[in-house]
Amino acid sequence: MTPAALRPLLLAAAAALTLGACSAATTADTTQAGDDPTAGGSGTVTVLAAASLTAPLTALAEQYERDHPGVTVRLSFGSSTTLAQQISEGAPADLYASAGEAPLSLLPPDAAGDGGRATIARNTVEIATPPDNPGAVADLRDLGDPDLDVVLCAATVPCGKAADDVLRTAGVTAHVVSREVDVKATLTKVVLGEADAALVYHSDVVAAGGDVRGVEIPAADNVFLTYPLLWFSDDPDVVGFADLVAGPTGTAALEAAGFLAP
Amino acid sequence: MTAPAPTVATPGAARRHPGRSRAVLLVPAGLGVALVVLPLLGLLLRTDWGSFASNLSAPVVWPAIRLSLVTTLVTVALCFVLGTPLAWLLSRADGRAATWLRAVLTVPVVLPPVVGGVALLMAYGRRGVVGAPLFEAFGLRLPFTPTAVVLAQVFVSLPFFVLAVEGAMRAVDARYDAVAATLGATPLRIFVRVALPLAAPGIASGAALAWARALGEFGATITFAGNFAGSTQTAPLAVYVALQNDPQAALALSIAMLAVSLLVLGMLRGRWIR
Repeated sequence: MTPAALRPLLLAAAAALTLGACSAATTADTTQAGDDPTAGGSGTVTVLAAASLTAPLTALAEQYERDHPGVTVRLSFGSSTTLAQQISEGAPADLYASAGEAPLSLLPPDAAGDGGRATIARNTVEIATPPDNPGAVADLRDLGDPDLDVVLCAATVPCGKAADDVLRTAGVTAHVVSREVDVKATLTKVVLGEADAALVYHSDVVAAGGDVRGVEIPAADNVFLTYPLLWFSDDPDVVGFADLVAGPTGTAALEAAGFLAP
Repeated sequence: MTAPAPTVATPGAARRHPGRSRAVLLVPAGLGVALVVLPLLGLLLRTDWGSFASNLSAPVVWPAIRLSLVTTLVTVALCFVLGTPLAWLLSRADGRAATWLRAVLTVPVVLPPVVGGVALLMAYGRRGVVGAPLFEAFGLRLPFTPTAVVLAQVFVSLPFFVLAVEGAMRAVDARYDAVAATLGATPLRIFVRVALPLAAPGIASGAALAWARALGEFGATITFAGNFAGSTQTAPLAVYVALQNDPQAALALSIAMLAVSLLVLGMLRGRWIR
């Protein structure tokens, strides 16, 4: 084989293997969250949090940094399940806020050994439609209409489980066209007008402002989700930020963002 | 990097320290190999081989592999049908338009795939430039369909195919075209009977490149086509979702993709690429 012919082949091999490499989990790093000497103590607090908490936690982190000069709060948002998976694979984290209790089972049993735990908020499920509601969605039953495109979170993440619970309780088989990887991706499909309806959290509808219209689900059909906050060390800034989020200031910020008080 | 220039410049110095100068190259080369090989080893070592077969039969696995194989084969066929004539025309064009066209066609190669997905939504989405008229006139919806998966894959892999094949066709001596033309062959006949056979190895490697890129496609697919088992959840998407609740199924699917990739590349190597 001539080198010229070999090069595209190698490129092809590399491209094909990228995926395999991406999904390989960290093998050597067994450092548990909280043991990381670079996290906390040095003035950096690392927070991994559910995507639905993006706006209020960002505001609270900025407030904490203002009140404690020299301290940096690093925030990473994503699906609670993916984040829990990353923590159990050794991703450095000082605090973890999850949507619902289920993802906590993915954490190592001793994860919160040196830290603590608090419930910071509750949330409920709501139908989101584009502002002009092209599918004329008025309640859950409408989601079964085969002419409507409904988008849900993946069944593996909390908002997807919550949506499945709501639909099961209501006895509705929705015309689902996609199961997105997290709640923000799900909402985006509605914001862009690609989907007629999505089941997301009430807080996401509030955060999206005028980009979507919320259609409330009666409490009898709905589920309520609690948001636990775990911290993994007794570092003063880690505990300090946890106290801020779990305290009255945090609750006010979370309520302003559409969450319910814990 | 810190080696003094004379070591490289004068043959005498290189002869005095051949071991050292080779080590200077071996260290970065070895690190490069490790960066590629270690994650693959991790994949193999962390797989629970005892339950590999049962993990491979997890409900998420087979529909994803089937969808990936069908859509990537359609993608490669489209790349061949649309990309080969395009590459041929580009290889015989030298004007400013050709230069610009080449540049535009290279964009998806360097564009982050998620951005490609957003671009596809803006074009073919229900409110897109092309998608909105299609939806209003025919009720046709492209997002969330296997067609959208293929569109996303063609968007990202056609440039790889065209660039590879154009290179191969440039290497076909233009005098063959001229000879064929003087013998009365039409441009279409020259393309089919002269360019295609002579560029066949380049077309095969271009197809392999395009196929590999399509198989690994994630960002544009999940953004544009969504993620639904059986219709738009390709193997990479299934790996990502399965990793959240069933890591061993994700690993089994990853290993299966690795095996399929190596198998196809091995076949190509023996068959067409020499």
